[in-house]
Amino acid sequence: MLEIDIARKTYPDRGGRSHVALQGLRLAAWPGEFLCLVGPSGCGKSTLLNLIIGLDRDMDGRVTLDGRVPDKGIGVMFQEPRLMPWLTVLDNVLLVADDPQQARPRAIELLRAMELGDVLHTYPGRLSGGMQRRVALARAFVIEPPLLLMDEPFVSLDAPTADRLRSMLVDLWQRRRSTIVFVTHDLREALALADRVCFLSAAPGRVVLEMPVELPRPRAPNDVAVLELQARLLAQHPDLLAGLVTTEPPNDA
Amino acid sequence: MRETRTPRGAAHVTGQGGSGEGLRGASAAPRSRQPGGAGLRLGSILVFLLLWQLLAVTLQSATFPAPAVVFQRLLAEISSLTLPWHLSITLARVGVSFLLAMVIGTAIGIAMGHWRRLDMFLDTWLVLGLNIPALVTIILCYVWFGLNDWAAIVAVAINKIPTVVVTVREGARAVDPRLMQVAAAYRLTRGRTFVRVYLPQLYPYLMAAARAGLSLIWKIVLVVELLGRSNGIGFQLNVFFQFFDIAGILAYTLVFAAVVLLIEAIALRPLERRLTEWRG
Repeated sequence: MLEIDIARKTYPDRGGRSHVALQGLRLAAWPGEFLCLVGPSGCGKSTLLNLIIGLDRDMDGRVTLDGRVPDKGIGVMFQEPRLMPWLTVLDNVLLVADDPQQARPRAIELLRAMELGDVLHTYPGRLSGGMQRRVALARAFVIEPPLLLMDEPFVSLDAPTADRLRSMLVDLWQRRRSTIVFVTHDLREALALADRVCFLSAAPGRVVLEMPVELPRPRAPNDVAVLELQARLLAQHPDLLAGLVTTEPPNDA
Repeated sequence: MRETRTPRGAAHVTGQGGSGEGLRGASAAPRSRQPGGAGLRLGSILVFLLLWQLLAVTLQSATFPAPAVVFQRLLAEISSLTLPWHLSITLARVGVSFLLAMVIGTAIGIAMGHWRRLDMFLDTWLVLGLNIPALVTIILCYVWFGLNDWAAIVAVAINKIPTVVVTVREGARAVDPRLMQVAAAYRLTRGRTFVRVYLPQLYPYLMAAARAGLSLIWKIVLVVELLGRSNGIGFQLNVFFQFFDIAGILAYTLVFAAVVLLIEAIALRPLERRLTEWRG
């Protein structure tokens, strides 16, 4: 179980003054849960992910995974694919494996499942943006992570490509049951993917609303049920995407 | 004095765009040989030899021998094994100095590119190193360490290290922090991060440093040999100079140029192709 309790996270801004990015943020994700974090720009979503990954440990608070500080074995997908251009598709996936030789069959199987079997030995520069993201997704799953962190991974993709990737992600998640923390600013995307959505306030970020999504799967951002839920939610909390909640959460979500 | 040029192929490494699916065309057109390029090169060499011959016939001077005289001399030097012996000594000095300069220069360049305060501290030394004439370093090394091979090699390496540092420092500064973040997020070991993530970003800069380094070291080694060694191509050129033996000077120069071209063709170009094949 992922538990986050951050009393305060600050960092110096360009003027050298202390900027409070997160304050009073408490959050938990159950094993195998798909949790989406939605919040306005600058609310500290990426800062929070960096704290969970351990790229930044300077905070007043603690982050634990199954009672311990997260160390190895966390899968990460950033906004850009961040593949090593000098490594082939297969080598990019194997790069993060502890024992590349042992992980090789698993990596090939994953890449084939993601319809990348024909480009195993191709360099990323020859792939489209959508294919590069699929490679990044395979790289995240090859280590069979108990926790997968995703920072707006499908942003800037065209709608059909993003839909396809979401469907691949949900398929992989359902088979492997990693806990996923997925950051997005797109409410429909969050409602289409998540078991539960947490809304963050504007900076300093904290959770202002938690909402389980009980729509049946499979879902897509353009499903009528998703659109209706979004409409109801925004009708109840018109400033939700700006990080403000003025009324109680809906009961029928 | 700071080198600001970017080595060929050192453009940023994370150009990963495109929003859709499917394979892209080759990211760069393959470097194809120009049709008729070999013929043109051969023609150029023939014209050069022809002009040389014409000048030699016109001048009729012992200080300007005809190509045939030079080639005869070249064959004689090769068959007596004098030239191969001196050449092998020069090549050994070039090789050791080159390796020494690359290893030390790369380590300092990476450190200066990585740590800003170290960079500020060493920058003045670097400027000094870049601007001290090679001749001064050579003379000082011979005076301080004696007329021996190590003094010669150290003198050559000292001349080359600053240029390697400048080039590699630029590369270290251009390392993409987002790729390093991937390595950190997945907790790659230091060794794997260095070899698989960090070093490949420096390859274009290392190749540029190696190319420029080799051409500089060739020239400095000759001066070092001319000033204080009793063997090597530089020493031989000095002997020929004292006897006004122009055919000998030109014969050794031709071989020297041929070896440089050979190293470029069989070592540097294939290595560069291998290290940058991912660019397509």
